[in-house]
Amino acid sequence: MSAIGTTHAAAAGGDHLDPAWRGRVIGAIVALLILWPMLVISEFKPWILFDSQSLQATGRFLAEFLVPAHDAEFLSMLAEQTWQTVAIATAGLSLALLGAIPATLIVTERLSISHVGTGRMRPIASVVRQTVRWTLVVLRSVPELVWALIFVRIIGLGPTAGVLAIALTYCGMLGKVYAEILESSDAHASETLLRNGSGRLAALLYGALPEAASELVSYTIYRWECAIRGSVVMGFVGAGGLGQRMDESLKAMAGGEVASMLLVFVVLVAIADQVSRILRKRLG
Amino acid sequence: MSSSSPTAASYQLRQLTVRHLAAGQAPALHTLDLIVAQGEHVALIGPSGAGKTTLLSTLACAQRPASGELSVFGVQPWSLGEAARHKLRARLFLAPQTPPLPPRQRVVTAVLAARLPHWSLWRALVSLVKPADPAAAFQALSRFNLGDKLYSRVDRLSGGERQRCGLARLLLSDAEALLVDEPLSALDPALSELTLATLRQEASARNATLICSLHQVDLALSHFPRIVALKDGRIVFDLPREQVTPEMIATLYQGEPPPASTPPGHADAQATLAVGACF
Repeated sequence: MSAIGTTHAAAAGGDHLDPAWRGRVIGAIVALLILWPMLVISEFKPWILFDSQSLQATGRFLAEFLVPAHDAEFLSMLAEQTWQTVAIATAGLSLALLGAIPATLIVTERLSISHVGTGRMRPIASVVRQTVRWTLVVLRSVPELVWALIFVRIIGLGPTAGVLAIALTYCGMLGKVYAEILESSDAHASETLLRNGSGRLAALLYGALPEAASELVSYTIYRWECAIRGSVVMGFVGAGGLGQRMDESLKAMAGGEVASMLLVFVVLVAIADQVSRILRKRLG
Repeated sequence: MSSSSPTAASYQLRQLTVRHLAAGQAPALHTLDLIVAQGEHVALIGPSGAGKTTLLSTLACAQRPASGELSVFGVQPWSLGEAARHKLRARLFLAPQTPPLPPRQRVVTAVLAARLPHWSLWRALVSLVKPADPAAAFQALSRFNLGDKLYSRVDRLSGGERQRCGLARLLLSDAEALLVDEPLSALDPALSELTLATLRQEASARNATLICSLHQVDLALSHFPRIVALKDGRIVFDLPREQVTPEMIATLYQGEPPPASTPPGHADAQATLAVGACF
């Protein structure tokens, strides 16, 4: 008792030391100790960028880069490929939503009726939930590029492989993040609806969605943006779209064509950004 | 009043103990015995942390008792199957202290949400696009002087308006037991009177049981024929209002020191008190 009293008095009488300070210092040291070997292992050597040979190659590429390709034939090809890329991203994302929305409904603990009043779920429900959760983990832990390589092997070169790869990976990501958005938004409304006897879908529609709608929408549009970038990367392995063309242009060191394609990406991302802003404004 | 036959009771509690869901805590409600007849109007009073909210959510079958017996309309909800219990919840209406209204929802949708337990999913979806029964929502709102807010968004309402909007939802449910948790915390005296009167009218009109927790003891005494006083999770008294004396009220709220104003010499005693009071 007296010991507690003295420490308490010392702490109170002294400089009001932050009790969390020591933990923070130790945490920072541990983080450094872990991160340093990581830098070494990943062979992080930024100075290589600046030796004379690299600088020369960069210079040549950049010089060509300054004048984007703009002849009519190239532009019409570009438009067609851009459209294909947008189509791959949109179709992939729509398919992903078909899987992700039901998965979200199953995974979100908050919408569980057996949870009301007990804080626990029925064993069967929780097994189903865990299974779906793990399926989502598997779906998104395989990179979309790997899915694309697999599908290119199975169904051949072309956009279908890209669409399927995006659908699978993004289903995993969307399902997880949707569930997390729903669980981190204010539960009061949906909880009260459940407590008053509503079904889980009704509680979702009238309680959880209005709380989280703008976050859900903006995340979905951000994912669409990622799907566009992803479809480009997958194009490099033959899954269609702008990426496949960009691969060819890069191999030919045609800086101008690459520049035009990159400009298209900037425009697409800017459009996604704008759409997201408008929708958020309308919903918020 | 509590002597009516058990079959007509909407609530029967025997030796009911309720713990908070977080493990290892002292019980929030201790061996309560309570019988409430169908159609009875009861006010729950008691200091903060006495267990009023826990009791109301237990009565709403939103919290499972740790031991003892709870029967609602003659059945024991926690020995029912889950689907049957959820069906029973639709006959009860719990109005929480903070109005459960999503800020971006429109008032009409928030109020009509009371009907969700009886709607098909399709009906619920359609009502999001085109409100199913705006006239009923308008009527419920106008009983709380909120008719003009029908199509406003919830986040445009003031605190008191939100609270009444939450209660308007209660009018649209067809529950047989209305459990209302501190409906007046954001309302001025005139609106408080109106609100309690409306709640009692509504309960009488549909012969529903009304159990309402209140911090305003005078209003509880003037509006409710039966007063149940809780303290530290136990029932201190359960009496018709005529038998409630000012001394009883004083004892009920005694020993609730405002924490900041105690002299530093009592720091230890204060600490134990605070631990005891924060459950």
